[in-house]
Amino acid sequence: MRPHLFVGRAETPVAFVETMSGGVRLKALDREAVRAGLQPGLTLADARARVPELEVYEHDAHADHEWLERLADGCQRYTPSVALDEPDGLILDIAGCVHEFEGERRLAADLEERLARRGLLVRHAFGDTPDTARALARYAGAPAPDEKRAVKRLPVAALGLDEDATTALSRAGLKTVGDVMARPLATIAARFGEEAAMMIRRLDGSVKGPIIARRTVARIGVERRFAEPIARTEYALEVLAELATEAVAQLADRHEGGRRWEARLFRADGLVQRLRIETGQPTRDVALLMRLFRERIDSLADPLDPGFGYDLVRLDVALAEKLDASQLKLEGGEAQKGEVAQLVDQLGTRLGRARVRRFSARDSHIPEQAELMLPAAEAPAPTPWSAPETGEPPLRPIYLFDPPQPIESMMAEVPDGPPHRFRWRRTVHDVAHSEGPERIAGEWWRRQDIPTRDYYRIEDRRGRRFWIFRHGLYSEMEAPRWYLHGVFA
Amino acid sequence: MNESSALIARLKRIATTGMPTQGDGRADDAWLTQGMAKAQLHEVFATVDDAASGAGFAVASVLAARAAPVMWLRTEASERQGGRLHATGLVEMGLDVTSLVLAVVEDEADLLRAAADAARCHGLGTLLIESWGRAPKIDLTATRRLMLAAEASGVTILSLRIGAETVPSAAASRWQVAACRSRPLEADAPGKPAFDIELLRRRGGQAGLRWRVEWDRDAYIFDQTAFASGDPAALPGAGIPVAADRAAADDAAASVRRTG
Repeated sequence: MRPHLFVGRAETPVAFVETMSGGVRLKALDREAVRAGLQPGLTLADARARVPELEVYEHDAHADHEWLERLADGCQRYTPSVALDEPDGLILDIAGCVHEFEGERRLAADLEERLARRGLLVRHAFGDTPDTARALARYAGAPAPDEKRAVKRLPVAALGLDEDATTALSRAGLKTVGDVMARPLATIAARFGEEAAMMIRRLDGSVKGPIIARRTVARIGVERRFAEPIARTEYALEVLAELATEAVAQLADRHEGGRRWEARLFRADGLVQRLRIETGQPTRDVALLMRLFRERIDSLADPLDPGFGYDLVRLDVALAEKLDASQLKLEGGEAQKGEVAQLVDQLGTRLGRARVRRFSARDSHIPEQAELMLPAAEAPAPTPWSAPETGEPPLRPIYLFDPPQPIESMMAEVPDGPPHRFRWRRTVHDVAHSEGPERIAGEWWRRQDIPTRDYYRIEDRRGRRFWIFRHGLYSEMEAPRWYLHGVFA
Repeated sequence: MNESSALIARLKRIATTGMPTQGDGRADDAWLTQGMAKAQLHEVFATVDDAASGAGFAVASVLAARAAPVMWLRTEASERQGGRLHATGLVEMGLDVTSLVLAVVEDEADLLRAAADAARCHGLGTLLIESWGRAPKIDLTATRRLMLAAEASGVTILSLRIGAETVPSAAASRWQVAACRSRPLEADAPGKPAFDIELLRRRGGQAGLRWRVEWDRDAYIFDQTAFASGDPAALPGAGIPVAADRAAADDAAASVRRTG
């Protein structure tokens, strides 16, 4: 759906079409088009003949779904439990959520008003179960004094059966849901299938269908509503800090700390802005959280725009882990580690987690694969690095080129020896000292065709130390190439 | 001894403290610890060709000062031009890489922002900021901020500047590091890391001094005696200007054009 199409437009009928096997057919229509006598399912050619001024758009089910998702996001201001009723419905579980609105009717009025601002026309209904609410909203029956009777007066189509079954029910003289309910369930099940019987039991309230909420409800969530929308981001952040303090108090009661936090700023016009942060260690430090939220805001591609103001701010703790009070009293080395961990979180939030790394040893003898750089926030248990041998100079460079840089060997070398002179980055280096070869074979159990590398540690006449290798043995290939893999201190 | 001569003697003593002692034992690296005071900003300059020596000296001086844990900040440009940091190589310099945090940022602006945050973190021992090229954003103002942050938090900050020209800065000291020929081992193998170090500038102290030192990873000290023993590759005595030899080296380096 493209809501902008429906706001303040000239009254031209609009239709969405879908290409099907039988040609291009109408899929959805606006009010004007319906008034002009069109129906979904008509071929486009027919529709054009009847209403020449018809505006036609390709139907995009995916975009519709996305739009519905966004509306559902917005509806989370009323209740955390919102389910999609595809293709054009939403089911809200408002049990226990209406106190903010002094009754469900006020809540519905608020919702309708908000959606109307977006150009949406909605029909709503309340029900004891999701199914009755859904049926009452989607189908119109004769007026009734209460919910039970209203359901009974709905047309049989409200059972949501396939077309054949619905027609068969009407032919049998069963026009309303109440007519069907009056029959023994076993007969209905035998004639129209188990599905029909199930639906009736759901509508009369004897079985409650579940609401499949879109997102799992966070274990701890705090929120603040404003009668007047607040237009300053700075103030919204102050509110967020208050909420964080509340959430932290709840976490403290459970001896937990939050690791994943999500703040949602609901704008008065229905847009929701999300801020997600994550810490490497569970935390209950409000100052730290606020610093991370500010980092997150600074790193947003689109700056936070309050628009007409925020009327609801919500903070959820999406992931909490054990954090005992005693662990907060860090001392000495632990306090130091804690501070570094905070710095890692802070930089990770701003720069991206992958940019802040720690080294981790890996079991491979291929130099460039022997170590991993992991996001520091993921904090793997420190792996022991093999200690260097006493008295030896460093045998591995401190800077490693990946991929290795080709060098030009300029003086004929003795077979299986290093070059006497080579050119790297347009500079000629004369080799004064060298050590090698250190032979590093390819991981032949992974791939067969990797040539062996012969590594040499060399020093040129100016004292620069390099790590070079010949890619391949003379027996393996005719003219193996030389590469510079790293530089030593 | 009368009073005035005693005073003169005392003044002489005061004047000489802070000056590097020459040719003393290998356990004495006072020249470095005095030059590189903790909780200050220091600059280490190296040419592009001597990048590894600059980094090696920085790592070694962190270790000599026992100023771990280290956070190493570098830019993507450094990764491209200078290569990645190789943990095994750092381990072989003596660094405990399990405590090392590396942040690779996109550009210089991010580098300074990250540095500003890290400089305030009490938990760090040393913050190493590596920059390549001219890095015009690391100016007097930026260095002054870092210096203030270092003094407040107690973090030693080393600004490793590779291929940069010296510009005015608020750093407490400025060092120029170049590779130096090592004392070869048996079978003509290259020896331990050796550096040619010049103290270009130092706040409230003598500058323009040069040393030729070898890094002893096992003892965590810079060894000056290595080159004092009449080794053919070495100069006679530490602390003595080595200009003649370096001039020759620089001459050869003149043909180098900066890459990248």
